[in-house]
Amino acid sequence: MSAEQTRKLIVLAAIWAALLLAPYWMAPLGGYTALATRVLVLGLAAMSLNFLLGFTGVLSFGHAAYFGLGAYGAGLTLKFLAASTPLALIAGMLLGGVCGAILGTLIVRRRGVYFAMVTIAFGQVFYYIAFQWSSLTGGDDGLRGFSRQPIDFGLFKLDILSSANNFYYFVLFCFAVVVGAMGFILRSPFGRTMIAIRENERRSRFLGIPVERHIWIAFTLSCFFMGLAGGLYALVNNFADPRGLHYSQSGDFVMMAVMGGMRSFWGPLLGATVFVVLQDYLSSITVNWMSFVGLLFVLVVLFFPRGLLGFIQRSKA
Amino acid sequence: MNVLEIDNVTKRFGNLVAVRDVSLSVAKGELCAIIGPNGAGKTTFFNLISGFFPPTSGAITFDGRDITKLSTHERVTLGMARTFQITEIFPELTVFENVRIAAEVAGGYRLRPWMNRSETEKIHERVEETLKLVSLETKTDRLVGELAHGDQRAAEIAMALALKPHLLLLDEPTAGMGDQETYQITQLIRRLHRDSNYTIVLIEHDMRVVFHLADRICVLDQGRMLAQGTPKEIAANETVQAAYLGSAA
Repeated sequence: MSAEQTRKLIVLAAIWAALLLAPYWMAPLGGYTALATRVLVLGLAAMSLNFLLGFTGVLSFGHAAYFGLGAYGAGLTLKFLAASTPLALIAGMLLGGVCGAILGTLIVRRRGVYFAMVTIAFGQVFYYIAFQWSSLTGGDDGLRGFSRQPIDFGLFKLDILSSANNFYYFVLFCFAVVVGAMGFILRSPFGRTMIAIRENERRSRFLGIPVERHIWIAFTLSCFFMGLAGGLYALVNNFADPRGLHYSQSGDFVMMAVMGGMRSFWGPLLGATVFVVLQDYLSSITVNWMSFVGLLFVLVVLFFPRGLLGFIQRSKA
Repeated sequence: MNVLEIDNVTKRFGNLVAVRDVSLSVAKGELCAIIGPNGAGKTTFFNLISGFFPPTSGAITFDGRDITKLSTHERVTLGMARTFQITEIFPELTVFENVRIAAEVAGGYRLRPWMNRSETEKIHERVEETLKLVSLETKTDRLVGELAHGDQRAAEIAMALALKPHLLLLDEPTAGMGDQETYQITQLIRRLHRDSNYTIVLIEHDMRVVFHLADRICVLDQGRMLAQGTPKEIAANETVQAAYLGSAA
């Protein structure tokens, strides 16, 4: 095993150890478990976006739509269909993923700015539907009246509603499954065609890759992951908010991904951590917390164009 | 049998006729060079063959199959590979990774979520074999973007070769090269043609290269096929001389 591989393994082990032990080391540092849960969920969303942005090279500015659809899918399932957390998550994932797959067929024909514009436009459509259809979605007030249900393992039930730690580990489990799937795909021949498209679309086409079809697959996968993250987010809050579908939410995800480092697999998680922790800390001091996050974002983009993680990796090398 | 058969192909862009009624047959194992002054329509002609855009009229047959309406990637799948005047590579990936993507796509693995050990080994063998052919075997782990210009072109040709093409289209393979690099690329193309028996169509400005390599030369001028023949015939052709001297004056 080369030194490079050893270093990667150590970093990977450190990341998972930090995540596994988060409820124990966060409290002494002034955090709390629910904050770690939020970091995981939003980090998962940012990584799902980055699956497309950082590894296929197309910028979706409307990914909050699939996040929000996941949240409503999970919320509506719990409220009207079945009192089952896994079922709610699957419903959320399917709603986000299937809508992404259908709209994706139209979106992937565009590139660059046009791709971003079309994704915003479709995202806003879902925002207004959620906003207007009050009888189903609760409109501006959001969807209330559901709560996450204990996980039934047959022999025993895992209470994830009142125990913050149990819920954290449940979210971490879902996070690990999705992140594992992403890593697996990126290491596959298909994943390498994604990177090829990011690096040089014309060359990819002339290697015989049907570029639109591959971008569509990446887009759809990313929407499925996003839908699951949205479903988890509904469970975090026991609430689904139409603002979770809004393009400003999409912007937040792009910010997390870019700030953390969109060329690195784990970058968006770091970006989400910085974003969520700053938001948590600053919003108790000032209502203008976003100005400070924005300032940090500008500084990162100007001085560390590869994001915080890109900077850390470079200074080590 | 002819690998490539082009029948009276025309391409208009609005009022401009970039390629006018051009026909060309390329036999298996042949090396055909396309020359002509700037703006003669050579690259447009190449783009028509490789499917960048469809012709306004005319038909293109490849391996006995009408490909006039097929997209780029479909033509590649049928066995047509091309390189560009301005090198098109994956600059931030290594030489090995560049060629591996080509080999995996050609092997039909592009949608596969995983590969077993023997499939992986087969791809690796294929990549190493191809890199040896273009003499890049000592630079496999270098980033392509960091290589010298000549090596980048060799890497691009390696990606094309990894597709196991029946027809190789090379758009100005020696563009922007010094004498030493031009010599190396010319030797490489010669080896591909003579030893590996590839069918090649290339566009080239450097006449030393053209006359050194080509079995047949096609001269395009103002979108028309002015003449075609062996290097000897073309050298003696008065219309060709007039066109070249005319455009130079």
